[in-house]
Amino acid sequence: MTYPARRVRRPFPWHVVVFLAPAVLIYTVVMIYPILSSLWLSLRNHVADGPEHFVGLANYQRLLGTELYAQPLWNAIRNNLVFFVIHMLAQNPVGLLLAVLLSFRLRGSAVYRTLLFTPTVLSVVIIGFAWKLILNPAWGVQRSLLEPLHLQALDQPWLGLPGTALTTLGLISVWQNIGIPMLLFLAALVRIPDELYEAARLDGAGGWTIFRRIQLPLILPTVGIVSVLTFVGNFNAFDLIYSVQGALAGPNFASDILGTLFYRTFFGYQLQAGDQYMGAAVAGVMLLIILTGLLLYLVTVQRRLTEVEL
Amino acid sequence: MTAPGALPGQVTGPAPTEKAVVGRSTQVLAHVGLILFSLLATLPTLLIIMNSFKDRLSIFSHPFAFPTPSTFTLDGYHTVATSANFALFFLNSLVVTVGSLFLIVLTSSMAAFALSEYRFRLNTLTGLYLSIGIMVPIRLGTVGILNLMVGLHLVNTLWALILVYTAQGIPLAVFVLTSFMRGVPRDLKEAARIDGAGEYRIYGLILPLIRPALGAVTAISMIPIWNDLWFPLILAPGEKTKTIVLGASAFLGQFVNDYNAVLAALTLAIVPVVILYVLFSRQLVSGITGGALK
Repeated sequence: MTYPARRVRRPFPWHVVVFLAPAVLIYTVVMIYPILSSLWLSLRNHVADGPEHFVGLANYQRLLGTELYAQPLWNAIRNNLVFFVIHMLAQNPVGLLLAVLLSFRLRGSAVYRTLLFTPTVLSVVIIGFAWKLILNPAWGVQRSLLEPLHLQALDQPWLGLPGTALTTLGLISVWQNIGIPMLLFLAALVRIPDELYEAARLDGAGGWTIFRRIQLPLILPTVGIVSVLTFVGNFNAFDLIYSVQGALAGPNFASDILGTLFYRTFFGYQLQAGDQYMGAAVAGVMLLIILTGLLLYLVTVQRRLTEVEL
Repeated sequence: MTAPGALPGQVTGPAPTEKAVVGRSTQVLAHVGLILFSLLATLPTLLIIMNSFKDRLSIFSHPFAFPTPSTFTLDGYHTVATSANFALFFLNSLVVTVGSLFLIVLTSSMAAFALSEYRFRLNTLTGLYLSIGIMVPIRLGTVGILNLMVGLHLVNTLWALILVYTAQGIPLAVFVLTSFMRGVPRDLKEAARIDGAGEYRIYGLILPLIRPALGAVTAISMIPIWNDLWFPLILAPGEKTKTIVLGASAFLGQFVNDYNAVLAALTLAIVPVVILYVLFSRQLVSGITGGALK
C-alpha cells in the first residue's frame, strides 16, 4: 500500500490545490478577511469627513473611557454574563437530566427526543414573538394558567419589568436551546459500554448511583464542550433580544447584551448616528471576550480532562 | 473521545428495542419527567397554531380551547396573504438555503477529500486554519463583510447571503466530512487508481459512499441558515430580498395588535420548518452529535 504523496519526483500536485481552493477561498475572503479588516478598522478613524487614518487604540479608549460608550458597554457585558450564567445554571443541568432520562432506554425515547428538540429548530424570531404573546397580560394565557393554582401574584408583565426582562429572555432562550446540550450529552451517554450498566444492575444500583458513578465521570469532557459552546453562543447572541425587545433592548436597556449593543453602535439608533469604527471596536471587544473564554477552557479544563483520561 | 473506528454519524441514540438500564420505579419517574418536559417544549407552539384558526373573541376568552366550527376562521391568514409578500420571502429563503447548502457540501467535500486523502506539507495547518471558524462566530466580521459586499455591489442581493452562509458553514462541514472520509477503506481508492481512475474521478466515487455524512452536514447546516435574522437584516433588508424570518419579523412588528394576523404569520413560519425537521431529524441528530464531539 503506497500513499501517493510518498512517491518521489512526482509533478506538482495541482489536484490538491483544486480540491482545497474553493473552500479555502470562500472562507478566507468572506470570513477571515472581514474579521481581520474589522479589527484593522477598529484601529482607524477619521476627523469630521476627513480622510481615514490610523489611531491606534483610541477607539477602544473611547469605548472604555467616555460615558457615552463605557456605561452601555459595561451594562451589556454585565447583562451578557447574567445571560450566560442563566444558561449554565438552567439549560445545561436540565439538558443533562433529560439526556440521562433518555439514556435509560425507555419505550418511546425517540418520540420524547424529537418533541424536546422541536423548539430548537424554530426560528428565534418566531420563538420570541410567540413568547411575547404568551407573556403578554393582554392575552391572558398566563393568567388562566396561574389562577387555578392560586398564583395570581405571579401574573406580572415579566418582559416589561426592568428587573425581570433579562432573566425572562434568558429562560426563553433556555427553553428553545435545551435540545442542543441534551443531544450532545446523549451522544456521549450512548457510547458508554453496556457491560458497565450490566455490572451496575447486578450490584443492584439505582438510577442515581448509575448516574453518579458511571455516567457523569464518563461524560465530563462533553460537559466542557457544552460549556464552551454555550459561552460562544451567548456572547454572540442577538436575534432573540432584538425580536422581543427591539434594537434598544428595553426596558431601559435592561436586556442589552453585546450583540444588540454592537448592532446599535454600528447602525445607530434614534439620536446616535451609526459609527463603523466604534462598531468594529465593539466587535473587537466581543472577539477578545470569546477568545479569552476559549483560551481559558483550553489551558485549564481541557488539559485537566486529558490528564484524567490518561 | 470517540471509540476508534466508530463513524460519527452512526450515533443515533438508543434503539427502542433495547432493554432499559434502570429498574421499574425509576422508569416510571423518568417517563413522568420526560412527559412533563415534552409538554413544556411543545405546548407554546401548539397554542400558537391552535389559536391562529380562531376568531378574535375566542382567542382571548378561551386561549386553551380547540377551534370549533363556530369559532373557526381564516381571517388571520387572509390578512397575511393580502398584506405581505410571504410567497416571495419564502422563495428567497429557499434560494438562499439551497444555494448555500449546495456550495457548502460541494466545496467542503472537496476540501475534506484533499485533507483526508493526501499528505502534503500544509495539510495539518490548513485543517487548523479552517477550524478556527467553528469557534469564532462570523458575526464578529460584520463590519468587514458589509464593506466587502458594498465593494462587490452585492448588497441587497441573495448572493451576499449565500456567500456568507457558505463561509459560515464550511468549517464545521470540512471537520465532519474529513473524519468520515478517513473512514473510507484505502483499498477501494487504490483499486480505482490501479484501474486508471484520475483523482477527480476517485472523489466522485467516494461521494456516494459518505452519503449519510453529507445528509448530516446538510441537516445541521440548514437550520441556522434558514433561521438567521442578523445577516438578512444587514446585508439584504430590501423588500425584494427579504427572507421569511426577516419578513415575518417586520410583519409581526407592524401587526403587533392584530392577534389573528400575528398568530397566522407565526404558524406559517413554524409549520414548514417542523415538517422539514421531522423528515430530517435522523440526519440532524447524527450531524450534531457526530460533528461536535469528534
